[in-house]
Amino acid sequence: MAIIEAHDLRKTYHSRSGDVHALAGLSLTVPEGTVKGLLGPNGAGKTTTVKVLNTLLRPDSGTATVAGVDVLHDPEGVRRVIGASGQYAAVDEHLTGRENLEMVGRLYHLGGSRSRERAKELLEQFDLTGAGDRPVKGFSGGMRRRIDLACALVNNPQILFLDEPTTGLDPRSRLGLWDVIKDLVAQGTTVLLTTQYLEEADYLADDISVIDHGTVIAEGTADELKAQVGGHRVVVTLVDSADADAARAVLERHGTDDVQQDTGGRTLSVPVTEGPGALQHVLADLASADVRLHDAGMRRPTLDDVFLRLTGREQADDTASELEESA
Amino acid sequence: MSTDTAPPRSTEAAGSPGPVPVSPLSLWAGDVATVTWRNLIKFRRNPEILLFAVLQPIMFVLLFSQVYGGSIQIEGGNYTDYLMAGIFGQTVLFGSTFSGYQMAQDLKEGMIDRFRTLPMHDSAVLFGRTNADLVLNGVSVVIMMISGAVVGWRFHEGWLSFLAGVGILLLFSYAFSWVMALLGIIVRTPEVINNASFMILFPLTFISNAFVQTDNLPRALEVFANWNPISALVQAVRELFGNTGAAPTPDTFPMQNPILTTVAMSLLMLAVFVPLAVNRFRQASSR
Repeated sequence: MAIIEAHDLRKTYHSRSGDVHALAGLSLTVPEGTVKGLLGPNGAGKTTTVKVLNTLLRPDSGTATVAGVDVLHDPEGVRRVIGASGQYAAVDEHLTGRENLEMVGRLYHLGGSRSRERAKELLEQFDLTGAGDRPVKGFSGGMRRRIDLACALVNNPQILFLDEPTTGLDPRSRLGLWDVIKDLVAQGTTVLLTTQYLEEADYLADDISVIDHGTVIAEGTADELKAQVGGHRVVVTLVDSADADAARAVLERHGTDDVQQDTGGRTLSVPVTEGPGALQHVLADLASADVRLHDAGMRRPTLDDVFLRLTGREQADDTASELEESA
Repeated sequence: MSTDTAPPRSTEAAGSPGPVPVSPLSLWAGDVATVTWRNLIKFRRNPEILLFAVLQPIMFVLLFSQVYGGSIQIEGGNYTDYLMAGIFGQTVLFGSTFSGYQMAQDLKEGMIDRFRTLPMHDSAVLFGRTNADLVLNGVSVVIMMISGAVVGWRFHEGWLSFLAGVGILLLFSYAFSWVMALLGIIVRTPEVINNASFMILFPLTFISNAFVQTDNLPRALEVFANWNPISALVQAVRELFGNTGAAPTPDTFPMQNPILTTVAMSLLMLAVFVPLAVNRFRQASSR
């Protein structure tokens, strides 16, 4: 059963330069116990969607229920069962990690002793016991995100809203946070996640909704979305760009579409019908043409390709393309 | 197309054992206490906030009492005694602007978003803010009184009257905190709040009886000063502390009835700005 349902949400901001339709009839369903990823370029309406669902913003029209509770008619009922973690860490810098957690516990009306207990539990769970009694001001970016996420978990929420939880984090902190989120999902928490990072949606989300101009333009699992874009590509990187023409000729022979060459001129790729076989042929032909290779492989379409295809523009934050080793 | 045909409320089952039912009023009071506590921690960890609140008035005390003290004559009194009520008024007036600055700061940093995703009472955020700033103002006033005593200021009407004077300063500062809190929610830029309030409040305190007797002012300014609410506050405190000197009181209603005027004005500010700020806060959310 769907634990989050939004139907035809609309929100327009009026500004001097004209109306901005942040939400233009957005509908969304998230089944209980799953992770839904909202993916879209900046200004697509991801954050607005989350803010409507976690009661921070009233839509102009449309309906939404969270855990069966109407977001518009009973916002407080919604607040009791959700946890929200924002784009930038909304924790009080001047309070210690423990004080932040205790404050949130008290505001959930858990009472003093239960709030203290819960703060202790969460500090342990998030590996912050050592730093827990220092003001958050001195925390690293990763620790700050962890304490922010911990604040969202004080009431053991059924549903967790994560708005760009790892934006600005270094790779190690990002992986750490992903593990924490995976654990929560394993325990049955439903997560609605917005992200700029395609690999993040790929890794965490069961289901992805691609949002652009305030509506959902595509939905499905990461694999389904990738399948929409097409099959494999063969990618080769040359040792010497002087070989580019020779390599291009080989790729054209085996590919199904135009050969793409990167700006440096040393990496070329072409879509192929049957990945591994095509790669073998390409490699054999390149060897006989005496073209030396730095790297060669087969790449499945990434969510970047999906993005480009669906929205017609590149993702702002270019994530590294995932090169898949050919088995 | 699914309409929500009464899903069973399995939602309450989630989470920790539900809190014992408590009255809404005590829940609200608990929220206010929690937010006040949070704001006070910030003051404790950042003593420079208090320092900046009192640094300027201390400088004023020294400059005015030492530089002008000799040349400004107060009939039947001395200038230092006369000056201090003005300093106290100025201190709480500027101290209250912190409510606006801090509301804007909390909105900017996303703390307000955090509060608003919690099942707490919205107004607790504002009450917690103004309560904490009242404490800050109280401490500032005490520091200023000590500074005043060092340069020779004394109160002359007994302790009861003295306490009434302190009470009226704090009542005014609390009410004015609500005005500033509303501004903070509307303006949302802490720096703008700071600069704008300085530009408005600075002339307002100077074109009043805070530092000089108004009959020395040019005619137009004298009229303004005698109706200036800051003058009423300062006059009320001056009377309660017995620091007025012997000069006749200007013949305007606020000057003739400063205590009544200040109390009525403070209550009016509360009656208007508490509901206005709470209402505005509900619509506010960081972008």
